[in-house]
Amino acid sequence: MEQILANGVYLGSQYAMIALGLTLIFALMNVLNFAHGQMYVLGGFVTYTFYGQLGLPFVVALLISCVTLAILGALIEKFLFAPVIKRSARDESTMLLAAGIAFLLDAIILLVFGEKQRGVPKIVNGVFNWDFRLIMPYDRILICVLAILSIVGFIAFMQYSKTGRALRALAQDRVAAQLMGVNVDRYSMIGFALGAMLAGLVGGLLVTITGINLGMGGPTSIKAFMMVMIGGAGVISGAIAGGIILGFLEAIGLAVLSQYGDITYLLIFISLMIFLAIRPQGLMGKPWG
Amino acid sequence: MKNITSKQIAGVAIFLFAIYVAVPVLIGVTGRWDFYFTLTSVALLSIAAAGVWLTFYIGRINIGQGAFALIGAYVSAILVTKVGMNFWITLPLAGLFAALFAVLIGLPILRLRGVYFAMITLVLTEVVKLTALALPVTNGAKGIVSIPLPQELSIFGITLIPDFATLSNVKLAFYYVACTLMVICFAAMYRLVNSRLGHLCRSMQQNEELASSIGVNIASLRIIVFAISSFLGGIGGAMFGSIAQSVYPSTFQVADSVNFMLYTFLGGLGYVFGPMLGTLTLYFGWNLLFEFGKYQLLIYSSIMILLMLFLPNGLLSLRLPKGKKPNAAAEAGKKAEGASK
Repeated sequence: MEQILANGVYLGSQYAMIALGLTLIFALMNVLNFAHGQMYVLGGFVTYTFYGQLGLPFVVALLISCVTLAILGALIEKFLFAPVIKRSARDESTMLLAAGIAFLLDAIILLVFGEKQRGVPKIVNGVFNWDFRLIMPYDRILICVLAILSIVGFIAFMQYSKTGRALRALAQDRVAAQLMGVNVDRYSMIGFALGAMLAGLVGGLLVTITGINLGMGGPTSIKAFMMVMIGGAGVISGAIAGGIILGFLEAIGLAVLSQYGDITYLLIFISLMIFLAIRPQGLMGKPWG
Repeated sequence: MKNITSKQIAGVAIFLFAIYVAVPVLIGVTGRWDFYFTLTSVALLSIAAAGVWLTFYIGRINIGQGAFALIGAYVSAILVTKVGMNFWITLPLAGLFAALFAVLIGLPILRLRGVYFAMITLVLTEVVKLTALALPVTNGAKGIVSIPLPQELSIFGITLIPDFATLSNVKLAFYYVACTLMVICFAAMYRLVNSRLGHLCRSMQQNEELASSIGVNIASLRIIVFAISSFLGGIGGAMFGSIAQSVYPSTFQVADSVNFMLYTFLGGLGYVFGPMLGTLTLYFGWNLLFEFGKYQLLIYSSIMILLMLFLPNGLLSLRLPKGKKPNAAAEAGKKAEGASK
């Protein structure tokens, strides 16, 4: 039981971070970012290159991957999303653009890093063992703690900094924020960069445990969509709740249902559909986001 | 239809001539027999994409067409292999089963809107795939293989469709069948959009509350439209399974669902023939780019992004002035152009 709970916390903290970036971008621009999983993979590969290949300290590699993704996100917003949003007759066109960017990132990752599964050396060795009731490698604990710290940091940033306040205002009401003197274009870009940076950060953190490969992008995006749906699209607390709930469901499901074969995700999907039929806007979302 | 102009009739005639005569002749001359399979796929995928387009017509973004295509493919494959039914009878049954499933699933999920509906349909694709993996009747990850070719279809002794196993050129036969299905499908779509139902759909696309307040029964309307859409997806999927002679859980997956949506978007959401053009451009373009090897995906996605940057409202918005229906002549011209490449 303790093991299941610990696994749940560990998975939940990672998932929450992935969902945070997605929901941030959604809240600010009303864009369903299909490329989120690919951004995560890219972050993993950047950390792999600098930490695993070039031998820089892990923290430096992590920072580089954050910065790379932030710059990439800002460029994507400025040169791709912003013009399309301005010119398109329908909001949904951005979905095609996002899917196109997902393919493009896939192609770039394939050309630059190849299709092989890549891993990096462990950052900390050893396994935490509490009387064989709870077994957890130290590096997982470290990553989990780092993830939770990042989430706390992100919330603090959104809550107390000027940029965070501007972003929240933008998410609440774009026009009103503009009237209050928020530079909407600039903060959209910053928000997108921040969302992409979070994806890169998770990628960099998780590459130390699960490794990284090209095929992880799509499934990660789907999981992120699920978490956002559970919590409610465009709500930061909802994304965190959704991530933790999905993490726990997965941990419990894998432990309890393993004898029936691989049906954990099937059950999660079906219960999600039932849940959404009852409460379409998720746990904390605004109705009809 | 009250006002069909002679220009439109000419356009349709050119289009039919192009797909039934010009394309086979061109392929025969150039010897690119592989294009038959590509074009057959385009025809079938555009049927499924038409379904996606139809759900968009009531203001829903559908990324779950892969699920219905997979259901259709499995229903047809199971009926043919396990029950021994004639494929041509299973084809409508596959569509009907997909439609029935759509009604059941649509009752709760059609209440969702916007991105929520988009995301839940995306999840639906994954659900169907996982169900196919888990159920015994679908044979899990091994899938259903070596499905026999379609048998003869005859009414009162008159052969309507010959037994495919006896044909010398199965590819051509499949091409004709797929094209015929596509023509029927798009003709029906055109009729539907210009009918009373189409007007009601347009009112719903613009504002559901308003439509409901003037007496449109939106709850039943959206179920009907979703069922039609899924019927098309099921038909397309069943035919696809029959051509490939195999069905796996991975035959239609999330990527395919997203692709159906992309075909529809790229063609232009405001035009009935958008899905056809979008499918042709993207699927055919993807196959043409095969020669670039590992740069295929890079070029493909760059072109897609550029198209979106410069034509954010779809390909068909290029030539047509705002608010005008696409005329079939331009469509047929493009189709012939694409096919002759």
